[in-house]
Amino acid sequence: MAETATAVPTRRDFLFIATGAVGAVGVAAAIWPFINQMNPDASALALASTEVDISALQPGDTLTVKWRGKPVVVRNRTQKEIDEAKSVALSDLKDPVARNANLQLDAPATDENRAAPGKENWFVMVNVCTHLGCIPLGQQGEFGGWFCPCHGSHYDTAGRIRGGPAPENMAVPVYSFLSDTKIKIG
Amino acid sequence: MMKTLSEKIARFGLAFALSVASATLVAAPASAAEEGAQATPHYPLVKPPQEPWSFAGVFGRFDTAQLQRGYQVYKEVCAACHSMDLMSFRNLAQPGGPHFTEAQAKTVAESFQVQDGPNDEGDMFERPARLSDRFPAPFPNHQAAAAANNGKAPPDLSLMAKARAVERGFPWFVLDIFTQYQEGGPDYIHGLLTGYKEPPAGTEVGPGLHYNVGFASGSAIAMAPPLSDGQVTYSDGSPETVDQYSRDVSAFLMWTAEPHLDARKRIGFQVILFLIVFAGLLYFAKKKIWARVAH
Amino acid sequence: MSGPSTYQPQNGFLKWFESRLPLGGLIHSSFIVFPNPRNLNYWWTFGGILAFMLVAQILTGVVLVMHYTPHTSLAFTSVEGIMRDVNYGWLLRYLHANGASMFFIAVYIHIFRGLYYGSYKAPREVLWILGMIIFLLMMATGFMGYVLPWGQMSFWGATVITNLFSAIPIVGETIVTWLWGGFAVDNPTLNRFFSLHYLLPFMIAGVVVLHIWALHVPGSNNPTGVSVKSSQDTLPFHPYFTVKDALGLVVFLIVFMWFVFYLPNFMGHADNYIPADPLVTPAHIVPEWYFLPFYAILRSVPDKLGGVIAMFGAIAVLFVVPWLDTSKVRSANFRPLYRQFFWILVLVSIGLGYLGSRPAEGGYVIASRILTIYYFAHFLVILPLLGLFEKPKPLPASITESVLGKGAANVTAGAPAAPQTK
Repeated sequence: MAETATAVPTRRDFLFIATGAVGAVGVAAAIWPFINQMNPDASALALASTEVDISALQPGDTLTVKWRGKPVVVRNRTQKEIDEAKSVALSDLKDPVARNANLQLDAPATDENRAAPGKENWFVMVNVCTHLGCIPLGQQGEFGGWFCPCHGSHYDTAGRIRGGPAPENMAVPVYSFLSDTKIKIG
Repeated sequence: MMKTLSEKIARFGLAFALSVASATLVAAPASAAEEGAQATPHYPLVKPPQEPWSFAGVFGRFDTAQLQRGYQVYKEVCAACHSMDLMSFRNLAQPGGPHFTEAQAKTVAESFQVQDGPNDEGDMFERPARLSDRFPAPFPNHQAAAAANNGKAPPDLSLMAKARAVERGFPWFVLDIFTQYQEGGPDYIHGLLTGYKEPPAGTEVGPGLHYNVGFASGSAIAMAPPLSDGQVTYSDGSPETVDQYSRDVSAFLMWTAEPHLDARKRIGFQVILFLIVFAGLLYFAKKKIWARVAH
Repeated sequence: MSGPSTYQPQNGFLKWFESRLPLGGLIHSSFIVFPNPRNLNYWWTFGGILAFMLVAQILTGVVLVMHYTPHTSLAFTSVEGIMRDVNYGWLLRYLHANGASMFFIAVYIHIFRGLYYGSYKAPREVLWILGMIIFLLMMATGFMGYVLPWGQMSFWGATVITNLFSAIPIVGETIVTWLWGGFAVDNPTLNRFFSLHYLLPFMIAGVVVLHIWALHVPGSNNPTGVSVKSSQDTLPFHPYFTVKDALGLVVFLIVFMWFVFYLPNFMGHADNYIPADPLVTPAHIVPEWYFLPFYAILRSVPDKLGGVIAMFGAIAVLFVVPWLDTSKVRSANFRPLYRQFFWILVLVSIGLGYLGSRPAEGGYVIASRILTIYYFAHFLVILPLLGLFEKPKPLPASITESVLGKGAANVTAGAPAAPQTK
């Protein structure tokens, strides 16, 4: 072992460094499949869209459907709820960004940007609290929107966070109206 | 004394080895042939010929056009009786397959009705298929399939190209390691589909059976000849013959059995190339290190 | 594992840690400065290869379990889901399935290397027996793993192998029912096999630790079979044997990857791509290739209990090899007669493997009987007698002499895979 000590880098050292480097690259490449296998598989990615029939929803009615394993609420809001949501100034919002997957990332969280375009009574939202993933209860809490029983987050009638520990407005998923009575989510 | 005895043992050892070898090599095949002559002939009667598949070999890849034709044959002919439970419409558009566009795959899917439900009234309902749906089966269950087909349910085709093999025998199974022959399944399917022949005089074919020299479990198969010349209309000008249909549908079934074959062979080449380079470097590193000591 | 360590940690944290748990010293003494005979050839790299394969099998297996469902109605489709939908699932499954075969190829080479160079002889009997326990655990693990995809061969292999226990007089049927958890191989059987298939590899890992411990007490045997006499006879494990093992491993990996990427189903059986059907038995049931020699022995005896006893006896006899071999000389390089019989045994084992894959009829049965008798005769008759009558060649005085002196030619004999040995 004693004779291994040499001060100046030589061609031999280069050979060892190259061998070690190639080995390290091989190990790194071999690790990737073991990591990537935990990502959603092809069948999960394929379950992208759900169609919802909303013809039976009267103002004040909510329909909950499962989309990608999460509850999505489709609510026909009352005029009172719409007015309440519209009257809030952006500066009063804890999270001023719309969090609407159909809009730009930095769209402001106005009620127009939260509700369905051109159909302000229709409101679609992933009903998952942005704090730690519980499911808030509808039409409860200080703002008459949603209230999360886990850690006390209050959302208004446009699903925007107004009080409690949650940091963001609840997400609006990608959706579109196939007709006046049918929504496609995803 | 000691020496002569050990020589004797050595001679005994060699003699025994020879007798063992001859017992194995001579007795076994001889008796097998003997039995073959009087009782059970070996099936299939004609070993499937090896076809020049585009996906064979180290650089093998599926032929997209062939897979599309194969899908057409499957859809217009096979799917009438055979299920393909493991395939979804989305697979038609995935890389390494027939490469339909997503829109084409969607159109194909929507031409099928699948059952969904229950709806809010608790009823099941029919709707056009989506990309995420599996290929619908022609019969609701195994019993229905059997009842409609002379008591013999047509097997599922998803894995057919890997689930059938004709024994290669010595020495072929050893040589296959080096030639990496892995196309026994599609060769067999092609041999079966083109194996319907007139039975030779004196051969009895049971009721509801069809003489086939390519069938692995007997001389006659329950499936009636499914293909005939001109039955499927190709849009790309390929010959519309039973041979071509069989070839295309066999390739398609190889893809449904092994949808990631293209990626497998591509990555495999990179991995083996990498390992050879790495082994070379290690060889020289080892030489340098061991040069320090006499050995 | 080899006495007090000379390891001197350099930095403060390592010193603090070492005084509380001398892990660094253990690694240092076992895998850095551990003295190995300087004349080890490439057949000795299979120990390291096996350690690698065990880790690889556990890693790929743990990952596969993340996507597998051990239920009769879902097992087959969940495996196909891995093959089709999981990212790189096809790669992970082919690595695991072919890895099992490669594991057995390596272990058979490792065992025959031990038989050739007399590595089972004193003072390494416990080392050998621990190895045989690992071999048994590997067979149990491999068998149960093959059941999990729940194809036709899985189901019927499980049925046939578990039925072996019905040969036991009086309690046989009760034991088989207990193994199954029912009146046939069914969901309870699949579930318990899955549980055990997950457990056993960790038991193997435990016995491997003991195996290495038992190796490091007397140290490695070597191609001359002559014990290490001075420090001149040895070289430190690192860098000499780390680099040599690494080269052996990478060459082995080339073969492994050739199968994974280009012949992934060569070692398997087509029938296992048909979902299990308890009402239809496939025409030819064969176990995985690595069981075929034992399967041939089982079928060569025309009696149910006798066949089972012969099969287990074929493994049991390996446990007592250290006491059946009466010769004082270890390496077959210096035993001209044993060397011949060794190669005959290799051919007989391969022959048994081939016969195990044939249908049990006619000449195949006769040939299996002859080879089975020879297999047992090798261990029970030839080995004890050879030690008494064989005249060994003169042994080198030391390993160093065999390397540097005249005897150098003998060292490389029987080691064709050693391009560096001059």
